[in-house]
Amino acid sequence: MHWRRRLLGGLAFVAVLLTAGCDLTGPQSAMDPAGPVAQAQRDLFMWTYWLSWPVMLLVAGVLAYSLWRFRTRKDEDPKALPHQTHGNIKLEVAWTIIPVILVLLVAVPTVRTIFSTEYVIDRANYTDDDVIVRATGYQWWFKFEYPREGFVTANEMIIPVGRRVIVELDSADVLHAFWVPNLAGKRDMIPNQDNQVWFSADRPGVYFGQCAELCLGAHAYMRFRVIAKAEEDYQAWVEAFQQGAERTQLVRGDPLLEQGRTLMAQKGCIGCHTVDGFYPGVTVGNPDFPDLTNFGLRTTVGAAIRDNTPEHLAAWLRDPQAMKPGNYMPTLWRADDPNAEQEIEAVVAYLLSLGVEAPETSATLGGSHGDR
Amino acid sequence: MAIGKLGAPPAVGQSPDTLLTRPTWTEGLLSWLTTVDHKRLGILYIVTSFVFMAAASFEAFLIRLQLAAPGNTLLSPDVYNQMFTMHGVTMVFLAIMPLGIGFANYFVPLQIGARDLAFPRLNAFGYWVYLVGGVFLYTSFFLGDPPDVGWVAYAPLTSLSNNPGLGTDFYMVGLFVGGIGTLVTAMNLIVTIVNMRAPGMSMMRVPVFTWMMLITSFLIIFAFPPLTVALFQVMMDRTFGTLFYVPEAGAMAILWQHLFWIFGHPEVYIIILPAFGVISEVIPTFSRKPLFGYPVIILSGIFIGFMGFAVWTHHMFTTGLGPVVNTAFALTSMVIGIPTGIKVFNWLGTIWGGHVRFTTSMLYAVAFLITFTVGGITGIMLAVPPFTAQAHDTYFVVAHFHFVMGGGALLAFLAGLYYWFPKLTGKLLDERLGKAAFWFAVPGFWVIFFPQHFLGLMGMPRRTQTYVEGIGLELWNMVSTIGTFIMLVGLVLLLINIIHGFVRGKPAGDDPWDARTLEWATSSPPPFYNFARQPVVNDRDALWVQKYPESVHGERVPEEASEPYDRHGAHIPGQSWYPLLVALALLPFSYGWLYDNMWVVGLSMVVVTFGVYAWALEGVGGRHIHFDDRRDPQGADEGEQA
Repeated sequence: MHWRRRLLGGLAFVAVLLTAGCDLTGPQSAMDPAGPVAQAQRDLFMWTYWLSWPVMLLVAGVLAYSLWRFRTRKDEDPKALPHQTHGNIKLEVAWTIIPVILVLLVAVPTVRTIFSTEYVIDRANYTDDDVIVRATGYQWWFKFEYPREGFVTANEMIIPVGRRVIVELDSADVLHAFWVPNLAGKRDMIPNQDNQVWFSADRPGVYFGQCAELCLGAHAYMRFRVIAKAEEDYQAWVEAFQQGAERTQLVRGDPLLEQGRTLMAQKGCIGCHTVDGFYPGVTVGNPDFPDLTNFGLRTTVGAAIRDNTPEHLAAWLRDPQAMKPGNYMPTLWRADDPNAEQEIEAVVAYLLSLGVEAPETSATLGGSHGDR
Repeated sequence: MAIGKLGAPPAVGQSPDTLLTRPTWTEGLLSWLTTVDHKRLGILYIVTSFVFMAAASFEAFLIRLQLAAPGNTLLSPDVYNQMFTMHGVTMVFLAIMPLGIGFANYFVPLQIGARDLAFPRLNAFGYWVYLVGGVFLYTSFFLGDPPDVGWVAYAPLTSLSNNPGLGTDFYMVGLFVGGIGTLVTAMNLIVTIVNMRAPGMSMMRVPVFTWMMLITSFLIIFAFPPLTVALFQVMMDRTFGTLFYVPEAGAMAILWQHLFWIFGHPEVYIIILPAFGVISEVIPTFSRKPLFGYPVIILSGIFIGFMGFAVWTHHMFTTGLGPVVNTAFALTSMVIGIPTGIKVFNWLGTIWGGHVRFTTSMLYAVAFLITFTVGGITGIMLAVPPFTAQAHDTYFVVAHFHFVMGGGALLAFLAGLYYWFPKLTGKLLDERLGKAAFWFAVPGFWVIFFPQHFLGLMGMPRRTQTYVEGIGLELWNMVSTIGTFIMLVGLVLLLINIIHGFVRGKPAGDDPWDARTLEWATSSPPPFYNFARQPVVNDRDALWVQKYPESVHGERVPEEASEPYDRHGAHIPGQSWYPLLVALALLPFSYGWLYDNMWVVGLSMVVVTFGVYAWALEGVGGRHIHFDDRRDPQGADEGEQA
């Protein structure tokens, strides 16, 4: 039958269009796995996806055929009665068995994947090779602690390629969810409940994460990044953070950076934000706010919503609500403050110098600093 | 107060000094306010749910406009949260579920050959409580802030410290009160369907829509109590400072999710089973064939309803319940795909070999089959926990539940609207306008929601008022927004068609579709007493058997299809003020709770208690009518009125 082949051809074309034709990859796409956990999740989806085509074609095909074949024709008596079948046991048994088989085809790999990707690793079974990160969700940012290495950072999790990363999840207020689609599916961050997610990255790269559980306010802007680095780059980063206090001291001497540092205290920044070594031997800030130690090494501003450039950082300081509506950062300069721009420049310079080995002077600021 | 020619029965609690006498208006606003007629209440339900649906559609329209492009500032994050919360709450609790209940109100008694529901005043109470709950929720737009915590309202986002505004109280109290109406209506439907079927209508001869409403009603009875408990816990937390959901005091907030979803998943079937019922009426009628595999359709409905209580944690696959729990609930969820698949195949089997007529109603039924199948397939995908780990709380889920709730339930109810409108009004909807509306509404729906699968896979979480540029989300968001305009044209045409049908629709006649069930045996619209003669049922598809006995019984002459006029006449229930009064008293109760004014709460509880007593003691009322078999039943003697 000619039309039937054409119909099948058309449907195959649509299928190809819907799969190959549209590119669903990206830095936040579950269809672009960069590690074994995300890969297993995607493979399972693709299996169910391909299984769904025969089902869809069967239903749509039978429906289209029977509507066409059994339509009431113009010349037909509208009162004519078709044969009044009530059912057919054999057919009904058959189409009970078809869904049973399909469900089994989905169920078996599902159970296997659940147990290969979702098992909980006891603390006793952590190996020395594992990277342990404690992630805490706050309205509207992520705190990342590295208990083995002994430091804290925010909104950017650096991991080495190839090693298993175990993330212990907690929340300080409402529900949040930790989700890096390229590396692993999400897991909720729930107060008073110890959750865990683990994964590893196959290749270096920047993977976007985002909170996936409604937490009001700036929920849409509650983003983070997982940056997978080669082992030696990772070690260098860890070292930089372990020297956080000493690195903070590197800025002494430059007048602009000194002014920025003074403003950090005057404007009350260090009332909330920790900067290791800001005052030697004294801890500043509050652990429930984003830690700014080594901020110059960060790639983003405002919980991963903008690249960490001097312009973005200045815009953030000038009016945090404009960039991230609803967040808790106060506006520190009145709109009519004549010194605002100069002072913001000084604070930007100071923040971007934190943790950077060869502190740059204000003259070189505005370049690609921090755009690593 | 005499009740017709039989004289007053022994007066049980019927005292002449009742505060409010039972009203007897037959026309005008007051007759609608005091009505207990299931058909009038059904129309009230249907119209009210369409009004709420219009509000929810407006909210959805704003949501899509906001998401048309990244970084859009049409809606602030707070307003956006309110919009999607009210859209979800309205669609689930105030639009689609009451639409099914409205059809049930009107058609269940007609389909089983009864004169009304078992408890007509309770039925009126159910409607007014639903209206009170809905109006209360919508006044939140004028009194401070509408709820903004999503239709699932996860703790601890709802705690006083995290959400000090009134929005959450509106949600909790509104659903708490509205749930009363749903519960009493469900009980009413169960008693009616079990007890008031026409002679000869055994359970396996009950029309499928009525069967599905029976299952739905049982689901409501078992599903709403856990929700009510959870709502009350949060109300206690917020008003009296209890600590059920306060994490600072050590609460396990996940309890809310368990209680919510053990209600919430059956709720999905509370919405979809009536839709299955409608489809099971429409497809056989327009194929001129009996439903294929009636017993299997019924049993799979029961099985779906039963299993609906065993799958709730598939909404919680990412909460860290562990691989064993996820496995168990993945398997139970997948099992539900089996009876659902069977139903789809049976509908196909009904079309096969029939004489298909492409009315607008049938077009919607066909669109339902395709759209619902896609939603069912993505449902199986989402029953896979490792995939749900990615898809949960993304636009993939949004697409999925719009395909089953919007494309499933709503398209089925639109099929039902075109199918039953002639019975409701006695007039036909215009088929050409109806088809034009269909070809905008359904493709528009697909353009809106199909691309959202892609958005979800590409990492777009739901409930966010904006998204990042440059990760590939712009195109499909824009396409989805364009779809809303296409669908809007369809919905406007639908509205025009309905108004046009009311005003100048062609007369429909009693049975315009040559249909199968008893509601088509009476006039359109049916008289207030439904049937002049008590129908007697001797097969499934009771009316069809009367019309085409040879097609079912062969040469055998069927029995008389209805009893002769009953010499005793029929008792028609009387109107009453009390359902309205008691329901209205729940309004100050709600506001009292909202503003922590326990005097108002207490006073309204006194009014409720008094109202229920007065209601119980107000006496039988109503009237007794006699049918004269020498005359047309249309001219039935309406008897004396008190």
